[in-house]
Parts: sequence; C-alpha cells; structure tokens
Amino acid sequence: MATVVDLDALPAIPRDAEGPVFREPWEAQAFALTVKLHEACLFTWSEWAAALSQEIARAQAEGDPDLGATYYRHWLAALERLVTAKRVVDAAALGQRKQAWIQAYERTPHGQPVQLAIDAHRR
Amino acid sequence: MGEGHHHHGSQAHGEDHDHHHSDVPSDPALRVKALESLLVEKGLVDPASLDYLIDLYETRIGPRNGARVVARAWTDPAYKARLLAKGGLAIKELGYEGRQGEDIVVVENTPAVHNLVVCTLCSCYPWPVLGLPPVWYKSAPYRSRAVIDPRGVLREFGVELGGEVELRVWDSTSEVRYMVLPQRPPGTEGLGEESLADLVTRDSMIGVGLALAPKVTA
Repeated sequence: MATVVDLDALPAIPRDAEGPVFREPWEAQAFALTVKLHEACLFTWSEWAAALSQEIARAQAEGDPDLGATYYRHWLAALERLVTAKRVVDAAALGQRKQAWIQAYERTPHGQPVQLAIDAHRR
Repeated sequence: MGEGHHHHGSQAHGEDHDHHHSDVPSDPALRVKALESLLVEKGLVDPASLDYLIDLYETRIGPRNGARVVARAWTDPAYKARLLAKGGLAIKELGYEGRQGEDIVVVENTPAVHNLVVCTLCSCYPWPVLGLPPVWYKSAPYRSRAVIDPRGVLREFGVELGGEVELRVWDSTSEVRYMVLPQRPPGTEGLGEESLADLVTRDSMIGVGLALAPKVTA
C-alpha cells in the first residue's frame, strides 16, 4: 500500500484482559462450522486461509477500515464462498434458507422456540 | 470489556413491525443459521459437536496453555531445547495439539534478539497455545505496521527496545504459526512453574509485550 502509515490507527488495545473470544454467538457458530467442515475434509486449511485473506482484501478494497471488528463478517463471507465453490451447498439454497428463517422469526411469538416451517424448509 | 452486543444497523427486513413476534436476528446471524441448518440436514456437521467446540475455545483453549509451555521451558532446559527444535511436538507433550495440521515454531527472545509475530494476510495464530487471536491482531493496522514499523508498534504496546536489540518479525501462514518464548524476568529464581506461568501474558507470547515482573511480597 502506498498510503501514509497512520501511526495512530491501531485501535484501543484490550491490554488488561484476554478479551472476548467471540463478540456474538453467530461468530462462534461460523468459526465452529469452518473447523468442522475442515475436519470433514471438505477443504484444506490452506484453501481456507486463502479464501479468508481474499475476502479480507476484497473488504479492504471496498473501504472497510478492517480494524478487527468486522473480522468474522469476512470469515462468514469466505466460508459461504468456499462451500458454494466446493458445491457443498448452493448459493440459491442459502438465500432461500435465510428467507425461511426470517419468516420463521416473524411467525413465532416472542419467547417461543423458533422453528422452520416444513413447507419453507422443503422449498 | 466494553464490547456489547449490537443488533442495530443490520436489520434483516425494513418494516417496523409491532413486537409480538420474535426479533429477527442480524443478517450475519441469519446467514449462519441458514448455512448451519443446511449442513446439519446434509449430515456434514453435528450441532452438539459445534457447541462442544465453541465451549472449548471460549473457556478452555487460551493463552494459559502457552503460559504453561513457557514456564516449563524456563524451568526445564531439556524441554526448552525440544521446544525450540520442534515446537509442535514439544507443545503436544503438554497435551496441546492443533486441529489444522499446522506446525508451531517457537522463537526465543534473548537480550540480543526480540521476536514479533504477525499474520499479514489474515490472522493465522497458534490456536492450541494462545486460543483465538485478539481483535487488534486481526486488524489491518497491526498486520501492516508490524512489518513497516515494528519498533513503533512495540512502543505503542509499551515495549521500548534498545537500538542494539535485533528485531525479527515472523509472518504466520496456514502451515506455520509462531509463538514467542519470552525472556524469563529477573528475580524469579525461586518460583515454581505455576507461579512462573502467571507471569506469562498473551502479549508476551506474540512478542508485543514482556513477561511480567514478579510481585514483590512484603
């Protein structure tokens, strides 16, 4: 990068504690899915690292200051990209399933377990 | 930690419904649910094993593992020799093992050499000994500055290196992860492994910090 290095750009550092491993549950789930799919031999760890660094580079190119807080967003995007490229799941199915979950949340009264409807599920 | 959980800014749908139904999760949370539910249906992942893995990384795999490795190396010269020769194997002796088949190389700080670890491309990190990396390790400023201006980075972390000290920066990859063996602080001659491990911080094993000085007991 040809830009001037901003010496004040490092974010505040959680020096006093080891800090939270995951900030939100979905980050932990995305992490665990990746490790499990690797253990199931669906991709090598080098393929994973390449996918993740590509995704980070893409986000930076699109203006993400990339201060670490968006890390698991890049992680998730890399995982989606890798599993669709490997034809483990297809992109359309992912999109449909996401819509099905939105409908499930909107349909479920607050406080009750949210479940996918059979029809949405099958579609 | 002051980091809260935020849900605003990533609503999955635009309309402002009344709140009788369950709150729709954020976009990334929905995408993870979509992916996970499809993978579970295909039999590729088992939800219980995901929970187990998450618990492992949240509560049991962290820098305390690395601290025990360092304390052992400080007190057992033969172990230290094995650790510096074949890091991954020596770490495994204490029961810590990587899941990605990566090797861990341990680099030793001495009065003449200081080591600093970074992953410039993403955030490769020695999980078995340090757990998952802190936010700043994953940040672009750290990843780039550790290479461009490592002494400046160290200064920011409160480590002032003498000009005579050689600074080596190690760029981790998916195959090789680095861990720093910090210098044993002076005044710790009488301490056992457990008390020594308490002096070993995560930052000292990344190379952005030093091991702590022992507390002076009155």
